[in-house]
Amino acid sequence: MKAYDENGENGHNDETGESDDGGPGTGARIPLPRASVEDDGRALPEAAPVALEHQVLTSLLGAWALAACSAPEAAAVEEHLGECDSCADEALRLREAVTLLQRPESLDLDPALRTRVLEGCLERRPPRIPVPDWAASYDAETARLDALLQDFGDAEWHAPVRLRWFEDDGAASRRTTVAGVIAHLLTVDGTVAVGLGLDDPLGDITAPSGGPAARTEAYWRASHYPPTRAVRAPWREQSHSIVRTVAFTGDAGGMPVSYGDFELPLRDAMLDRAFECWVHAEDIAEAVDYPYAPPSARHLNGMIDLAARMLPGVLAARRRAGLATPGGGPHLVAAGGPGRSLRLEIEGSGGGEWLIPLDSPGAVGSADHEVAHVALDGVEFCRLAAGHVPPAEAAAGQAGDREAIRDVLFAAAGLSRM
Amino acid sequence: MAKRDVPPRWDRKMQQRLARGEAAALGELYDRFASLVHGLAHRVLDDERAADHITRDVFAHVWEHPDAYDPRQGPLRTWIATLTHRFAVQRLRATETAALVRGGSGTAEELETKVRQASVAARADYIVQSMPAPLRAALELAYFQRRDYRQTAADLGVTEDEARRRLRLGLQLLSTARDAGTAQHPPGAPPGYGGAA
Repeated sequence: MKAYDENGENGHNDETGESDDGGPGTGARIPLPRASVEDDGRALPEAAPVALEHQVLTSLLGAWALAACSAPEAAAVEEHLGECDSCADEALRLREAVTLLQRPESLDLDPALRTRVLEGCLERRPPRIPVPDWAASYDAETARLDALLQDFGDAEWHAPVRLRWFEDDGAASRRTTVAGVIAHLLTVDGTVAVGLGLDDPLGDITAPSGGPAARTEAYWRASHYPPTRAVRAPWREQSHSIVRTVAFTGDAGGMPVSYGDFELPLRDAMLDRAFECWVHAEDIAEAVDYPYAPPSARHLNGMIDLAARMLPGVLAARRRAGLATPGGGPHLVAAGGPGRSLRLEIEGSGGGEWLIPLDSPGAVGSADHEVAHVALDGVEFCRLAAGHVPPAEAAAGQAGDREAIRDVLFAAAGLSRM
Repeated sequence: MAKRDVPPRWDRKMQQRLARGEAAALGELYDRFASLVHGLAHRVLDDERAADHITRDVFAHVWEHPDAYDPRQGPLRTWIATLTHRFAVQRLRATETAALVRGGSGTAEELETKVRQASVAARADYIVQSMPAPLRAALELAYFQRRDYRQTAADLGVTEDEARRRLRLGLQLLSTARDAGTAQHPPGAPPGYGGAA
């Protein structure tokens, strides 16, 4: 009781008294302690005390301290407290405890704090098993998305989301929910997990192909019920396992990871998954009307670089499919030789310059052979590459060969998939 | 909401991985405990930047001294809460003392009262977060949503006896937040952190 005496004034001042209009969490409904009721001669609740056994009265102490019992019960308890020292002691103690109830503070942690804290730690004690640089953006983006999901209730988990991408040079989309998006990330991250020898989240479910869309559809179909918040834990556990495991691979991330109809080396697959995680986190944030910032400049730069490196391959595939214009003039370029190039200038955070060889994935971008120049903002470029902005509408500064520019912008949109 | 009832195996494994110098383990540790650490520090210090500092110091301490954790003494979560509490209270006392020395208003006694109140509030938070979910749910209904114990029982689908029991037990646990005079003994483990976990 010593603690009570010391803090007594603070525990039941007038502000925490009996006003009825306080909102939840103000503590306003805590009744004054028994002593005060007697002191000021205020009438006890009108109802007469009911006759209750000691055991029942004792069991009511918590409800009484919270003013969560009926008026006759409260009166009976208070009458009892005058006669029973042990109950009076406990009553005082529980009343004091009520004053300690506070709404949990749900301050959103600044995602940049994670990076700062971890970097600070690693400077003070360098890790023996570091997380490779090429896995850092996946680590950061999955942590950021998980923090967004932290306070979601059922309404948010089931909020509708439209996944959008670009297919056959047109906009495509698929309806799902927030939980469905996490299921999508779980199954497609699963291709990396499988490549690393971890369990496949599809388990016994067979997908018609190893492609992201086929795996996702198979996973969604296999359940009778739409995905729920229960999907968060396996997704997070898998992303943690992936980061942990890549730290032990030790081959500079060269191991191929299959996406069904194409492969990426592990280090690029990790960048791709980080990019997808951000893009879908934005889809989710938009669906529930939360703000969501782009990745850090360093991570954004890695994602843009991956897209820039993938563009020549996509251009070649589009040419084979008759979707892109054949290169102007004889375009036999020796592998490793310089070829006609487009200068991709990315402005703003994470930006830089890339020379995209236009005629062959084997060619090397060359400033001497530059035929076109495109400039656009980094986040805008990523939205284009995610299929969220049609190539015709990408706000790009353009100069030079119009055909080449069109081909590259469509190829960038063609990088997107479900 | 809090990840409770994690088997101690996770704690031991985490300690081993930290000791081995696995950076990925540090990331997982942060993801699990950062909001606990930041929240407690903020409750003591009532300042965002100061809570950031404490978060940095706590994780740096765990990363640099993983062996200081003894799984036999309790869950890792409790140890981390204890460290946070200690660092935050130390910082509060240091800043308040500095203000006092600079000639700010108040007395040494008021300073101690402030430190003690902040300390108790943080411990109470931790107890509420760590108590069994059924007790927390009952308190949440009765206090924040102003349900009486009969309504609380109906909402929870339990008997009225059980609702009364949960409210009383929850408050009994919470009342232990005041028991430990920990603010006076920064180097020791605040006993309040052991009981409710």
